[in-house]
Amino acid sequence: MPTDLTAVQAAEAVRAGELSATELFDAYRERAAADDLNAYTWVADAAPTEAPPADAPLAGVPVAIKDLFCTEGVPSQAGSRILEGYLPPYTATSVARLAAAGAPLLGKTNQDEFAMGSSNENSGYGPVLNPWDRTRVPGGSSGGSAAAVAGGSAPWALGTDTGGSIRQPAALTGIVGLKPTYGAISRYGMIAFASSLDQAGPLTRTVADSALMLRHLQGADTRDMTSVGLREEIVLPTAERLDGIKLGVPEELSGEGIEPGVRDAFERSLQLAEELGATVESCKLPHAPHALSAYYILAPAECSSNLARFDGVRYGQRVEADTLMDMYTRTRHDGFGPEVKRRIMLGTYALSSGYYDAYYGRAQRVRTKIAEDFAAAFERFDFVVTPTSPSVAFELGAKTDDPLSMYLNDFCTVPMSLAGIPAISIPNGLSDGLPTGLQLAAPAFAENKLLDAAHALEAALGFQRLDQRETVA
Amino acid sequence: MSPVEYEPVIGLEIHVQLKTKTKMFCGCELSFGDPPNTHTCPRCLGLPGSLPLPNARAIHYGLLIGMALECELAPRSIFHRKNYFYPDLPKGYQISQYDEPLCGPGRLGDVRIHRVHLEEDAAKLVHVGASGRIHASDASVVDFNRGGTPLAEIVTEPDVTSAEHAREWLTLLRTTLRQLGVSDVNMDEGSLRCDANISIRPKGETQLGTKTELKNMNSFRFIERGIRAEVARQEEILRNGEQVVQETLHFDPRTEAITSLRSKEEAHDYRYFPEPDLVPVTITSDMLDTARAALPELPAARQERFEALGLQPDTARQLAWRSELGDYFETALQANGDAGSPQAVANWVCNELVARIGDEDPAGSKAAPGAVAALAGLVERKAVTPNNAKLVLDKLVNDGGDPAQIIEAEGLGALADDGELEGIVEAALAANADAAEKIRGGNMKAIGPIIGHVMRETKGRADGGEVTRIVREKLGL
Amino acid sequence: MIDREQVLHVARLARLELTEDEVEHMTGELSKVLGHIDKIAELDLDDVAPTSHVVTVENALRPDEPEPSLPRDVALASAPAVSDDGFLVPSPQAG
Ligand SMILES: [Zn+2]
Repeated sequence: MPTDLTAVQAAEAVRAGELSATELFDAYRERAAADDLNAYTWVADAAPTEAPPADAPLAGVPVAIKDLFCTEGVPSQAGSRILEGYLPPYTATSVARLAAAGAPLLGKTNQDEFAMGSSNENSGYGPVLNPWDRTRVPGGSSGGSAAAVAGGSAPWALGTDTGGSIRQPAALTGIVGLKPTYGAISRYGMIAFASSLDQAGPLTRTVADSALMLRHLQGADTRDMTSVGLREEIVLPTAERLDGIKLGVPEELSGEGIEPGVRDAFERSLQLAEELGATVESCKLPHAPHALSAYYILAPAECSSNLARFDGVRYGQRVEADTLMDMYTRTRHDGFGPEVKRRIMLGTYALSSGYYDAYYGRAQRVRTKIAEDFAAAFERFDFVVTPTSPSVAFELGAKTDDPLSMYLNDFCTVPMSLAGIPAISIPNGLSDGLPTGLQLAAPAFAENKLLDAAHALEAALGFQRLDQRETVA
Repeated sequence: MSPVEYEPVIGLEIHVQLKTKTKMFCGCELSFGDPPNTHTCPRCLGLPGSLPLPNARAIHYGLLIGMALECELAPRSIFHRKNYFYPDLPKGYQISQYDEPLCGPGRLGDVRIHRVHLEEDAAKLVHVGASGRIHASDASVVDFNRGGTPLAEIVTEPDVTSAEHAREWLTLLRTTLRQLGVSDVNMDEGSLRCDANISIRPKGETQLGTKTELKNMNSFRFIERGIRAEVARQEEILRNGEQVVQETLHFDPRTEAITSLRSKEEAHDYRYFPEPDLVPVTITSDMLDTARAALPELPAARQERFEALGLQPDTARQLAWRSELGDYFETALQANGDAGSPQAVANWVCNELVARIGDEDPAGSKAAPGAVAALAGLVERKAVTPNNAKLVLDKLVNDGGDPAQIIEAEGLGALADDGELEGIVEAALAANADAAEKIRGGNMKAIGPIIGHVMRETKGRADGGEVTRIVREKLGL
Repeated sequence: MIDREQVLHVARLARLELTEDEVEHMTGELSKVLGHIDKIAELDLDDVAPTSHVVTVENALRPDEPEPSLPRDVALASAPAVSDDGFLVPSPQAG
């Protein structure tokens, strides 16, 4: 079946004439339309009328796009009721680049509202279910993208990661998720959550698929002044060994707070890495325990400003009222969900008069220290490795009443976001029958090296994805 | 005890719309008077996912202004977000500058500059009254054409000492900005807007009084009147033993009334933070060189150069601050070798010509600069009397032409020194024997009828001074 | 820690209406989160420079060249309330 192929394999098959792009698209379109995980908020009606050129590098392999990306004429709601029915007049650079490389839009995927959440329960369009266990969350905020790929209804998907929103759902659904170096991919058309942290990236079945998508996503964009692109072209990873590779295991992100089953899986992987020729040593990121605090100041502060534009004037939903003030406050009350309101409140407070220095100013300094911690670690090590998420997928509703415990889910992924460095999560075996993730982080712009190491580990781990299991069954 | 005398302490905040082709952070063309909402894009509408792209020319213009105002130019400058909600502000924040502005302290004339920074203008909000289309009984329409226009905000130190001073200094600033070519500086079209921070204190006191902010005055005349009215209001408050309240005020030029703009909202808390969508602006030596090369001669320097030509400071300033007069003057000087002295030409331009053309650009007048210079020369060489020269200038302004030819054709030339005048004076003395007698008796005021007689006979071509000299000589005085 | 009054003040700054119930929840939840966040007050950060951005690029400027604007009907297409030529809002002066 065409849907058994990884994206790299499918693209090769189409280019070799063994598979038609339309057949491939229709197979996935059918699956996406039949999706019962609530992974999609919109599915394309049909394959694009214009087939991609025969030599298009992505050869018509369709892609599911997180709803956070603007797509011209296609609903782009960012998981929020305030944007219900919103049809943007333009398309995000990253989506346009994938399309130009031959990857047509399969559907828009569900997500936590404005990418704020770690469970996808904060969507204005209902929670996404984890295909491994439908009573559990798929992680978030790119939960729809992760569920679509893990559930086999999309060959691959585009997500966004601000503090772990690609890596954590990838871990919880047993797929690969890559957050590239900040600035590698244009943010133009990606609805902003926290501008200095947001970064697009692939959620895929394999490390090679991530590499292939990144190759066509990355690049400086004149429409985004903070985009710089990568310094070298991304090549498909081929490494099988880790000889000479030094892995640093930060004490602060691998001990306390990690579920025993996740820790066991992590330690097995470290052993495997040694068997592949790597050396594994513990290291220190002394400020990592404060990363979450810094993150939960900086990200809400930026979001409180980024979401001010949702005011019922130019687009989106509005609650009519007699006065401007009432129109604003009711529109925003009805349009935003509880988590978005919480973060807007937190961020507004952190920036408000008298609190800026204590919160925002300090958080920016913690950010400096965390970047320095990583820089020091990378003097000794090629990569820093941690579990991606401290737990396996939790049950729907388990943490919705306790925002802080939800936030603590991000503690392994947030430090890399603050430092702006690339990090990838690969499937790391099961704990209690549920996937766990292994995170590798590299210095900025070292994506090729990172993908190579992840590829070698992936092969050695031999994880059987859900879509492979279901095919077998 | 005499009443306390107060002195005003005034600082100005001037917003200047920059004359770039496109907006501050997007490629929409600037427009004036185009149909509403025809110059917008995802960026200036603040659509989700859009990002700002700073306009290089706006930065360049900012540097030109900084250089013209002798500001310290920051090697690095960053943009901040100023957060507040208003329908004319599409993103819910204005991209502005906060603690790292493009230009630091400087000076223009006798007023110190505190800082100059760049930001984006708000959109236009038009009140339309009741509208059936929305729930609210009272509606406004937002037009985003103006939204995002580049603005330079120039903030002075509180060095302005009076309403007149404010108007005079703003004239200098406007000329300077016009010379730089960075703005239309047209208050009617809103490309120059001014707020004033006003306080008063007893003369001699060094402590500043409580200040009020007079907002958005849209003509130099209103600024002067507004400041004067606010200073008077504050004086009255203090004389009554009351306290000035720090607040934002609006001056209504129609009624001269000053009203508080205090809203019901909580005090502003703009929650400034560094704009994460933009990277810092580093001022490179290339950028500085380019700006320096583009810097024209500015009014202050021009005034100095005019003074070096021998002009009185007042005349030099008038010509330098009203650049079109200065240009006319310089063209006049170059006209030909028969031009009068620079001060004489300047006087004819600043006094007589301005009296005839008012605020119009003299370059558009029929009186060619060379003609006015030649006329000044003719007067200086006593070829025409000053009074007749004014008639010649009337003719030049109305019809153009050459002054020498006009004098010739109209017979306005001064009498040649060939004894003809002496004869006419003798005849006048004879015809006014009474007057002659009085003069002889020491009453020089009695000379009027005699001079009148001579002027009638000569059709004004006689030089009054020369007539007096001959009268004295003939009467043996 | 944050109290009820502060929550109301911040909600107003953020133009968020909160129900009585939401104010109560928000006060508790934010206080708990701030209790965790406040730990960064213990760090000695006096000599540390703030990081606003991890990218090292500077002077990304755009040439002053016009690009096409949106047709007006497209600009107005998503607005909840429009007049013939603009976006309709309740007048800021009213009420
Ligand atoms: Zn625009």
